[in-house]
Amino acid sequence: MAKAKVLGMMGDFAVAEAAKLCNPDVIAAYPITPQTIIVERLAEFVADGELDCDYICVESEHSAMSACFGASAAGARVYTATASQGLALMIEIVYITASARFPVVMTIANRALSGPINIHCDHSDAMLARDSGWIQLFAEDCQEAYDSTIQAFRIAEDKQVSLPVINCLDGFVLSHSIEPVEILEPTEEETLDGFLPIRDPLYKLDVDAPIAQGLLALPEFYMEIKRGQQEAHLRSLDVIKEVIQDFGDRWGRYWPVVEPYQMDDAEVAVVTIGSSTGTGRAAVDELRAEGKKVGLVKLRCFRPFPVKDIQAALKNAGAVGVCDRAVSFGSTGPAYADTAGAMVGRSGPLIKNFIIGLGGKDITIDTFRAMYDNLYADLAKGEVEEPVEWIGIRGE
Amino acid sequence: MTIQDEYRKKGWKDLPPGGIVDRPATARDYKTGTWRAFRPIRNKDKKICQNPEACLVCWILCPDAAIIRVEPNELEIDLDYCKGCGVCALECPLKAIEMEQE
Ligand code: SF4
Ligand code: SF4
Repeated sequence: MAKAKVLGMMGDFAVAEAAKLCNPDVIAAYPITPQTIIVERLAEFVADGELDCDYICVESEHSAMSACFGASAAGARVYTATASQGLALMIEIVYITASARFPVVMTIANRALSGPINIHCDHSDAMLARDSGWIQLFAEDCQEAYDSTIQAFRIAEDKQVSLPVINCLDGFVLSHSIEPVEILEPTEEETLDGFLPIRDPLYKLDVDAPIAQGLLALPEFYMEIKRGQQEAHLRSLDVIKEVIQDFGDRWGRYWPVVEPYQMDDAEVAVVTIGSSTGTGRAAVDELRAEGKKVGLVKLRCFRPFPVKDIQAALKNAGAVGVCDRAVSFGSTGPAYADTAGAMVGRSGPLIKNFIIGLGGKDITIDTFRAMYDNLYADLAKGEVEEPVEWIGIRGE
Repeated sequence: MTIQDEYRKKGWKDLPPGGIVDRPATARDYKTGTWRAFRPIRNKDKKICQNPEACLVCWILCPDAAIIRVEPNELEIDLDYCKGCGVCALECPLKAIEMEQE
């Protein structure tokens, strides 16, 4: 059993420490705020001889992901990190990497997409990759960002999965905030005491046994291949849960794909993603002390979308507001669309969408109070009047 | 049986993950010559290229490697793979290749 020690560190440092612990063979990354500290730190580890890894300094994120694609095809353990415009620049290869079934672990230090240009947190960057075929996990705090990084390699490289994983941590709120983080100190470093075996790829580039990867597939094959990709992605949920269980059994921290908080008797509830969950828990505690039966459901695993877990978590609530730090223009927030889709055709709560915290707009306990008040008003009326509401902006 | 024929028989569950092809050199089975709308004809109207080995411009530039060197000192166009792009005809310094509609 691995021992542990607690250190104060920023989220970006924690992620870099975790990535180092997992011993990637190749890192290809380009710095961008607020991810920069992660890749700088990893570069230091390599320069100082603490991490034996091919660190490829690329000229753009498109090249970063292209290098990751190639390295993963060759059977390597691969890591990268980006944010916002960096993700936008690499997105072509992001899709191709998932469809080729190449495991890569990528951290996104979530930052609003331009424009207007903004360096602060929201989830519009991650949502840009929503349909790319990458597994997507969101962290609530720096500890979870650390643990998720380690879990992500195991999930991605599991032979049944063989898919790339995006780990999100909220830009600045987590990336640049110092929190206590419990660091693993495995006695057997190569496989983290058996938790993370050396990668054994499904297929790899090998001059002695040549294969072809990343090919053209015209109409008679394309749709069949995409159906297989969807199946692998959906089935990965079981592996993700197994990995969460194994990690928790070893090191005592369980990070469920969907985590209900005070939901047993909740009349109204919100669904949160990422760091706002912590603020939401504090708001729940305050309102509960005032006698209001409010609850919260944290959505950790966004892709694959855990339909059954969401159904189980929300089924007894009266009214539910899904909080999105992103918006699909001309429609709704993405997490709302998925949650509402999961609840269609079943008896369950009223469901609405709150758009919050775009471009680093503060999400405070008062933001949650406003949302719970709003939900109570709908619950009293018995219907949702305004399905999508923007919370915390001037003039609303 | 070509790999295409083999894969065509498979449902989505049986195709290899990620659309890979699990053996080398299968592109040989894929006769891209069927895409051709124009066919290159060498030595038409007696504009004969006498000494290909001294030139080989068409052989070098053919993007499909469809021009084959046949000993001694002769070239052939492999119509199984020639896509009819016309690069050889355009670049031949003797204009010894012409494109004809299929
Ligand atoms: S037409 Fe194009 S493909 Fe055909 S032989 Fe000439 S260069 Fe090659
Ligand atoms: S380019 Fe023309 S001259 Fe040169 S080898 Fe080919 S056919 Fe002969």
